[in-house]
Amino acid sequence: MRVLRFLLRKEYLQIFRDRFMVAQMLLLPCIQLAILANAATFEVKGARMVVVDEDRTTSSRELVDRFVATGRFELVRSSVSTKGADAAMLRRQAGAILRIPIAFERDLVRTRAATVQLVLNAEDGAAAGVTLGYAQRIIADYAAELATTLPGATVSMAAPQARQPALDVRTRGWYNPELDYKFYMVPGILVQLVTMVGTFLTALNIVREKELGTLEQLNVTPITRAQFIAAKLIPLWSLGLLGLAIGLMVARFAFHVPIRGSVLLVFGTASVYLLAALSVGLLVSTMVQTQQQAMFVTFFIVLVYLLMSGLFTPVRSMPTWAQWIAQANPTMHYMEIMRGIMLRGSGLPEIAHHLAILAVCAVAVFTLSVRQYAKRAV
Amino acid sequence: MSATRKRPRRPPSTLGAFVTKELHHILRDRQTLAILLLMPLVQVLLFGYALRTDIRDLRVAVVDPTPDVVSLRLRSRLAATTRFHLVNVSSTTNVIEGLFQRREADIAVVLPTSFAERLGRGDTAQVLLVSDASDPNTATTIQVYVRSVLSDFERELGGGREGAGTVRIGIASRMRFNPTLESANLFVPGLIALVLTLVSALMTAISLSREKELGTLEVLLVSPLRPWQIIVGKVVPYLALGFAITCLVLTAARVVFAVPMLGSVTLLLAESVLFTIVSLSLGVLVAARTSSQRAAMLGALVGTMMPTALLSGMIFPITSMPGWLQPVTRIVPARWFIVIARGIMLKGIGIEYLWRETAILAGMALLLLVMATRSFHAHLD
Repeated sequence: MRVLRFLLRKEYLQIFRDRFMVAQMLLLPCIQLAILANAATFEVKGARMVVVDEDRTTSSRELVDRFVATGRFELVRSSVSTKGADAAMLRRQAGAILRIPIAFERDLVRTRAATVQLVLNAEDGAAAGVTLGYAQRIIADYAAELATTLPGATVSMAAPQARQPALDVRTRGWYNPELDYKFYMVPGILVQLVTMVGTFLTALNIVREKELGTLEQLNVTPITRAQFIAAKLIPLWSLGLLGLAIGLMVARFAFHVPIRGSVLLVFGTASVYLLAALSVGLLVSTMVQTQQQAMFVTFFIVLVYLLMSGLFTPVRSMPTWAQWIAQANPTMHYMEIMRGIMLRGSGLPEIAHHLAILAVCAVAVFTLSVRQYAKRAV
Repeated sequence: MSATRKRPRRPPSTLGAFVTKELHHILRDRQTLAILLLMPLVQVLLFGYALRTDIRDLRVAVVDPTPDVVSLRLRSRLAATTRFHLVNVSSTTNVIEGLFQRREADIAVVLPTSFAERLGRGDTAQVLLVSDASDPNTATTIQVYVRSVLSDFERELGGGREGAGTVRIGIASRMRFNPTLESANLFVPGLIALVLTLVSALMTAISLSREKELGTLEVLLVSPLRPWQIIVGKVVPYLALGFAITCLVLTAARVVFAVPMLGSVTLLLAESVLFTIVSLSLGVLVAARTSSQRAAMLGALVGTMMPTALLSGMIFPITSMPGWLQPVTRIVPARWFIVIARGIMLKGIGIEYLWRETAILAGMALLLLVMATRSFHAHLD
């Protein structure tokens, strides 16, 4: 016990002496929180639009006005030629081209139906889909407005006001009524923080001793392997929890992300998850010789774990084989747990099966890595 | 002065020998090399196959307090929709919480009491869609799907209700440059940027600071090699490695996902070399400013990897970012590279449209190279 205490003191001293390292490790998620909380949206604010108005009538101008009035579209140019509009899109000056064909108004008056053409720059993928959604709503609103104002032969139909819609569909989003993407991303980033602190620091810490030759020295002292591993893992384990605490505080007070469930449960599950993360780090450290290798191997593993965890894209959208792989991914389970606790206010019963899988994973990886370590050191 | 004059007359093979030594270093470390080659391939596969946002299986719960003919029709309608999967039908809204907590349903359709009767009277019946909005993007998409089924149902219900008074403006929309919004097409250019950053910035930073830490850099500095030669020697092998990996990613993307390559491959490769030079200079800068391998690694991670992943428009469109953040993205080299790569691959445009972005990258390369050489000099003294 005394040996362990001395070793622990050495480890803590070493970790905190390297202030830069610790600061960056903790700063990293904070910067990421700040950027992601603001950048990670697929909402489009001012789509730059070029209008090719071939009709040039009151109706066509009115329609363009509707687009601008919403603030979702920014009129960069009213070009008359399709060619000019095309070039603007190639030059990335326009994200959307609205083409109103000749006889737009005439068709509207005569047949009460007309078509406009909308070309979107799909280079940005998600943004194009969202922009199309806005445009559809604007045009539908305008059409509804025209239904009452447009002078047309069919108005003679009795009392259009009596034509009520059959269904009135309202929507409500639980757990995140404002549909704030930030609330969804922040728990995920906290998971990433815990994962990175756990795996990177552990792998680098041990491999550094290996590289400098101090690991050899430790191996010839009467320190047992259990003591050595405990002395390495406990400080990093506490550092991971500290990082989580800081991250939670930033999330709560700087970004006003709710924590609906029990904070105790957040830390309890984090402790279990950290065991898995630290063990992965330990396992990596037994496989590599230099810090550079440790860094790349860890980076690779963490990247795959995070991408397969549902951090950015939902697990349920993955193909079935990938979902099976994801089931074996502790990061995925911890992601579910964190989002459950923070957003939905889940309690222990709701997250029990994720926690059980997580615990099994943690114990398995830990056993494997300790064995591997012992084999290496003998 | 005269002493420095003499140096260029040194046999030209000095630099060659140094580059060879560096290449040996890279090739000897099989593990790192394997990961460097494997990582982009795994990422292409993951981004192409696994990481999708489309929703194929949507679990719907229905709350129907007073089942009748019309509500049954709506229920079977929902169940018959290919994407939908009816998981639960109950008479009260109390079950929704449990379903959401256990992640067994994505959306609940809450019907009013005496649905058929209301509709029969010609009243408007209120339908409430409650969705699990913890993932807002998915929730919005799901709502759109359910709404479209409901409006189909509405049309089918009372053909007479909607009629001649309405005006229809159709939209003929076209998604240019990526008609199917295929995610692989969007990710591949970003992926090249990410991998090049990883290989060039991160690897150079670590390898330089490793020599610093081990003391071998001191040895190099007192050798007849001049500082710029050391930098070139460090940089050239990674340039070659980055080039090879770019070719690898492009081939994989082409073969596996048939990602389009409308423009000139030569131009794209040339631009990626330019981008690699920018990243390499960043790596050298980071190494010169930090004292340990771990610090260099984190510095490179924060300074180059993170901006490349988050602020380059690779995943999140720049136009969606808040006003203050958009100018910040202008200093991220990857942002310009991605514009170039997407332009060449998806739009098939040439340098006549991309000269501005290319000039910015070239300017960055020049500036960073000078800064890197300078700070390396400073380290000498």
